[in-house]
Amino acid sequence: MKVNKLDSKVLLKNATIIDPLKESQSKADILLVEGKIAEIGKIQELDVIKTVDCSGLILTHGFCDLHVHFRDPGNGDKETLESGSMSALAGGFTRVCTMPNTQPTVDNPESINYIIEKSKPLPVHIHPIGSVTKGQQGVELSEMGLMHQAGAVAFSDDGLPIQNGLVMRKALEYSKMFGVPIINHAEDECLRADGLMNEGKVSTRLGLVGNPSIAESIMVFRDLKLAELTGAKLHIPHVSTAESVKYINEMKNAYDKITAEVTPHHLFYNDKHLENYNTNLKVAPPIRDSLSREALIKGIKNGTIDCIATDHAPHTVHEKETTFDLASCGLIGLESCFGVVKRILADEEGVSLIDIIKLLTISPRKIMGFDNNLLEIGKEAELVILDDEERWNFQEKNIESKSKNSPFINQDLSGRVKYTISNGQIATSS
Amino acid sequence: MFGHKHFLGLENFPREDIQKIIDTAFEFKDVLNRPIKKVPSLQGVTIVNLFFENSTRTRISFELAQKRLSADTVNFSASTSSLKKGESFKDTAQNIEAMKIDAVVMRHPAPGSSKHLTEFIDAKVVNAGDGTHEHPTQAILDMMSIQEKFGKIKDLNIAIIGDINHSRVARSNIYGLISMGANVTVCGPANLIPENISNLGVKVNYNIDEVIEWADAVNILRIQRERMGIGLVPSNREYRRLFGVTSERINRRKKELVIMHPGPINRGVEIDSQVADSDQAIILDQVLNGVASRMSILYLLLGHKEESTNEG
Repeated sequence: MKVNKLDSKVLLKNATIIDPLKESQSKADILLVEGKIAEIGKIQELDVIKTVDCSGLILTHGFCDLHVHFRDPGNGDKETLESGSMSALAGGFTRVCTMPNTQPTVDNPESINYIIEKSKPLPVHIHPIGSVTKGQQGVELSEMGLMHQAGAVAFSDDGLPIQNGLVMRKALEYSKMFGVPIINHAEDECLRADGLMNEGKVSTRLGLVGNPSIAESIMVFRDLKLAELTGAKLHIPHVSTAESVKYINEMKNAYDKITAEVTPHHLFYNDKHLENYNTNLKVAPPIRDSLSREALIKGIKNGTIDCIATDHAPHTVHEKETTFDLASCGLIGLESCFGVVKRILADEEGVSLIDIIKLLTISPRKIMGFDNNLLEIGKEAELVILDDEERWNFQEKNIESKSKNSPFINQDLSGRVKYTISNGQIATSS
Repeated sequence: MFGHKHFLGLENFPREDIQKIIDTAFEFKDVLNRPIKKVPSLQGVTIVNLFFENSTRTRISFELAQKRLSADTVNFSASTSSLKKGESFKDTAQNIEAMKIDAVVMRHPAPGSSKHLTEFIDAKVVNAGDGTHEHPTQAILDMMSIQEKFGKIKDLNIAIIGDINHSRVARSNIYGLISMGANVTVCGPANLIPENISNLGVKVNYNIDEVIEWADAVNILRIQRERMGIGLVPSNREYRRLFGVTSERINRRKKELVIMHPGPINRGVEIDSQVADSDQAIILDQVLNGVASRMSILYLLLGHKEESTNEG
């Protein structure tokens, strides 16, 4: 992948433009002047410095991922804001939200400022999420108000679920003042216990301790009820079980400030794929059985699930090249996201391309309150250009992240990001 | 005529009786401004101040009110009490009453405890704060101070700012102010304001700037970390930024805003020093009015009926 500064005048020629907001599709050219959309339509080449031939390609809103780990501050060996933004660009993402489980925890406005200031020159728009509790300890509320004023877009204790129901309730009440969602990794730690993979037939055969799906769904249920009680916004990350989908669906009929995401890896895999103890498939929540996977796909089709988020979680080689019980949880997912989601949802499940694009663009932006009307004259060009038909084999060389812990290496994917344009820069895939 | 045996709280307390307490308190305030600040109204009356919770200003204020009225007073605090030796609340109360006393002024950490006390003893009971329930004498002195400043209470915009959940001052003020016809807004962290508080007739607004703009007077409560259990207020600096009555916020407002605080003050947290010490603040007037208000309440409860028309 190459990343270049946009020339002062760039013509995106003969694109098939899909606007997920206006639900429109048309063939047109787009003229960018100084990184902004200057004209949309049939444009004659005059003094254009650079032309990008978009014939046969889809042009749409840049993707938005509201759940990534860029490990900055603290773990520059896994990822940094710089390397993370390269990984995002490769996947067509122009806007991401970073989780606060860094070293130290992002639980104060100074840390929010650090991420915002350091991200300013980067091509991808990076929005920090602050922690709900100090040090993600689940006890005392963090300075949510000061973090929100500094630019935090949501609050989450990320991988450390808020076990104490009173703390969760009080956090939801407090967050109500700022109108931003609480994102709680839903997992009852006592029920999860030492579970390493989904509890089921496969875990029994493999001899790995099981993590039952009820450990998630029971916490999802609690959080949904607390959100309804308090009137706060709740976003449920990486939904993995059929029961969770059911509870979310039921609550959405009663209360409208609930949103939910699902990851590409929970859509792609089921627990049978863990038979060779692939540590790159060790993740929290775990890859579930095929019934849960089908429920997630159904949840996307009927609108119970709002968006796709990668939970991009870089780990070094030595954290993954070990036995399954000792390996770290998490996998990277930005570069492979579109090809995975397009293959599963469009090619295998018949979901339309525009609906897939919505899951990656307007839905996550709406949850976070970001601008959604991107294909307008005068707006900063925050665009992705895709070949939705290209079949390709995902390789380690396609990874821009500092870490390589992807279970998708050597998988056949469908649909590929060709160009990503964001913050005055253009990334070209190689 | 004052038809109340006890003074336990302001919920459902008649408006004309609140007004009578305030009017009588102004008469006693005149007494307090005389060279000889003592009247014989409660000569021969014995009052026990029963404090199961630490208190400085409320206890001194009551004791002073009693002395100004010439009552005999006995102080009893938890640290010296037989409760520590395992005696029950009921036995303690009945033992004290057996010594022939006329009234008990009680502060206790349990909500409802002063009501409870009236079931064990025949003496009159004045609630000096029962846990997170009510603190009615504080509300009377607050309303007296408002009336002193504005000449009325009705139709004024009064904001109560802070931890409403854990505040007995907030509850008594809400009951009293609503009864007197004021408009009341509560403001504070959403996790410290009960969801259903609007049932009491108040508005909820989490935006301190809007509330300051709206209000004629603000009653600022102390953040009581000791009552919260889990860390609900992330930090003092966040509280000040979101809910602090700061000099910047006061300076932005064109009109004068009357500043009240029941004390003790956390300077630089819920209120800036410049605001607390400004001419707009009536915090120290509240303290003197506290003595007058408590004299009024004790007098109306314990004074001989035939004297009640010509006292001044």
